[in-house]
Amino acid sequence: MSDTSVPDTKTGKSFKLKAFVNKYGILLIFIGICILLSVLTISNGTSVFLKFRNIVNVLRQSSVIGIIAMGVTFVIITGGIDLSSGSLVAMIGVLSAMLARNVLHLPMIIPVIAAMLLGILAGSINGALHAKFKIPPFIATLGMMTIARGVAFLVTNGRPVDNLTPSFQQLGQGTILDFGQNFFIPVPVLVFLVVILVSNFLLSNTRFGKFTYALGGNEQAAYICGVNVDRHKILVYGYAGLLSGIAAVVLTSRISAGQPSAGNMYELDAIASAVIGGTSLQGGIGTIGGTVVGTLIIAVMNNGLDLMGVSSYWQQILKGLIILIAVIIDTMRHQVSR
Amino acid sequence: MAEEYLLEMEHIRKEFPGVLALSDVTLKVKAGTVHALMGENGAGKSTLMKCLLGIYRPDDGIIRFDEVIYEEMDIHSSLNLGISMIHQELSPIPYMTVAENIFLGREPIRGKIGWVNSKKQTEMTLELFKGLGIDIDPDMKMVDLSIANMQMVEIATAISYNSKLIIMDEPTSAITEKEVAHLFRMINNLREKGVAVIYITHKMDEVFQIADEVTVLRDGAFVDTKLASEIDKNGLISMMVGRELTNFFPKLDVEIGEVKMEVRNLTLKGKFENVSFEVRRGEILGIAGLMGSGRTEVIESIFGVYPPDSGEILVDGKPVKIDQPMDAIEIGMGLLTEDRKLSGLFLPLSVMDNMVYSSIGNFMNKIGLNFKRMKVECEKQRKALSLKTPSLAQRVVNLSGGNQQKVLIARWLLTEPDILFLDEPTRGIDVGAKSEIHKLTSKLAELGKAIVMVSSEMPEVLGMSDRIVVMHEGKKAGELSRKDATQERILQLAAGEALTL
Repeated sequence: MSDTSVPDTKTGKSFKLKAFVNKYGILLIFIGICILLSVLTISNGTSVFLKFRNIVNVLRQSSVIGIIAMGVTFVIITGGIDLSSGSLVAMIGVLSAMLARNVLHLPMIIPVIAAMLLGILAGSINGALHAKFKIPPFIATLGMMTIARGVAFLVTNGRPVDNLTPSFQQLGQGTILDFGQNFFIPVPVLVFLVVILVSNFLLSNTRFGKFTYALGGNEQAAYICGVNVDRHKILVYGYAGLLSGIAAVVLTSRISAGQPSAGNMYELDAIASAVIGGTSLQGGIGTIGGTVVGTLIIAVMNNGLDLMGVSSYWQQILKGLIILIAVIIDTMRHQVSR
Repeated sequence: MAEEYLLEMEHIRKEFPGVLALSDVTLKVKAGTVHALMGENGAGKSTLMKCLLGIYRPDDGIIRFDEVIYEEMDIHSSLNLGISMIHQELSPIPYMTVAENIFLGREPIRGKIGWVNSKKQTEMTLELFKGLGIDIDPDMKMVDLSIANMQMVEIATAISYNSKLIIMDEPTSAITEKEVAHLFRMINNLREKGVAVIYITHKMDEVFQIADEVTVLRDGAFVDTKLASEIDKNGLISMMVGRELTNFFPKLDVEIGEVKMEVRNLTLKGKFENVSFEVRRGEILGIAGLMGSGRTEVIESIFGVYPPDSGEILVDGKPVKIDQPMDAIEIGMGLLTEDRKLSGLFLPLSVMDNMVYSSIGNFMNKIGLNFKRMKVECEKQRKALSLKTPSLAQRVVNLSGGNQQKVLIARWLLTEPDILFLDEPTRGIDVGAKSEIHKLTSKLAELGKAIVMVSSEMPEVLGMSDRIVVMHEGKKAGELSRKDATQERILQLAAGEALTL
């Protein structure tokens, strides 16, 4: 008995370590990057990277992409993809900016609600194109991406929409719990946090979330289990659209104008965040926590390299490498477990 | 050597973990003959062919082909030796032409750069077709061809490789009668050219029409090889079923109650027609029939996977409308599908997730899912079904086939169904799990559930069913009570014959 029990515990331990690395690997990499950047940016005895202002800055910069990435995570878990989110941010941004102009004197809530509704509408159209007309999501959202960008330029004639009400501008520029230089929370970060919490609850604690995994895990089986597959697809893409609408409000407010060229390539950053965070493009696998870490890795890398004075050209190359490495690790991990 | 055989497979033995798939099987085929290979599902026909093609390595025995002895084959050498197989599911490259498909990888080439000489390729195809009496335009895209014509192209491809032996796996399962006649002319043509054909089929008529000899396998063992002229249908049936039925099925005597579900004149065009039957509380209704007879389609259609074109479904005497599986679950139905991986399991997800999907509405509280109750209920199922998994959080992909099947059964038990459809409930799982699932099925009937079980395993159908509906080519061929049912009778009905036995 004794000679069999020894290797047993041994494999048990190595198995646990492997499971731990599998589960928290990306978080460990994130922490590693943070420690590295903290050390590399030390000047005059303090780490610039670790300064409160800088950390808040990173969070604020990552909030818009982060909000989009939450919705994209749902979409990718169903086995789909959403290419329209960046363009939706631009289109909804300019349209809500039009409602938020000083001359109209509308309360802040009106452009915000309008942005959310527009997002839900555009997203649901994505979902319906995929579910009802059986168009692959890549194509359906590619069409939406092009159309939305066109609408954004058309309605503005290519010019930014500015002179926004002060209350609307607070959404992107304001802070809460403001104790001066040492502690404050920017509103975009707060919005990001709320979106994270809601998305996480939806994905892991509700029937909606369970069905999202089911759809990506095996659509035919989900159908037989009684999932209304078409309706659920529309809901998931609708949720992604809603979050694009919220991101549009935050961005428009932060830059004080609705820019028809805003949000360019955000959809790809959002997809990258989800993928770096372990969401599988095959569907059925992914977590909100993973995508949050994925978003932060991209933001922290950009920030740290900025602080070290690395050119933005190099930053792009490094970002590309991180995406590739993340996917390679992910693929290898799943090969092992199968 | 007494006679020249082209192929001799002797004492072939193949064992898979827990299953003896072939034990001491012998198959001898002469050049210029058609040799039918028969046996029920699971008799070992396809395993034997896979050993011949080099897909499996036999554990014992020898293969002698063209007077050379091989201990094992590999897939390339079998092709080079002149062995080809026409699979039941054809897999051409759909958007390439007929000629391109035939000469794929060995196109006639022009010049040093290696342009494909399309004109010559077309000419070569025409010449090949002429020799075989095939009339298909070589420049047509494969996708535009009928299944029968695709088969012809595959046969021509095999001939173009100078095949001496062609294996055909149920070639008539998807083609019309007229096309069958053409196929048979083609096979006769091959026979005259000295090619040997191994013809796998379930259809007895075909054996007498086309075969010179017939070999029957049963439960992985060799039964006999006979000249087709020496034997008749009943003789063939008794060769196929000649097994002693062991009575190890744990069928309980249950009092059979009211009619729970009735279907009337159910029709789905191209799949099945005018199917009517009923199932009562506490009853296990078996549905038997050959592959492609519409057994699976009928129950999936009732369940709303693809609703029927016409006909009525009544539950407790009242007509019900089922547009999608969601509605069926609402009514109290459950469906264990035929293919675990394709339409049952969520492979990336955990055991618990896989269990709760159909009943997830029962685990909701005001703000979200009640994981505590979910865990308690799943643990109960785990114990009741003696499911072997390290934990409920384990990914279902890591479980054995039998345990995966138990997870799916648990999924449906959690919905507390009144009517349970079981499609091939024990396919591909080991003997122990099989018997556990049989016990469970019996127990569920005892609890008053109405059970409809589709199975292609004869002993299972006979051992478990109170009543058996037999399907043939989309129609109900007949119904047998438990006491009248015999393997011979089921086979006769499934083959579209009148009952004589």
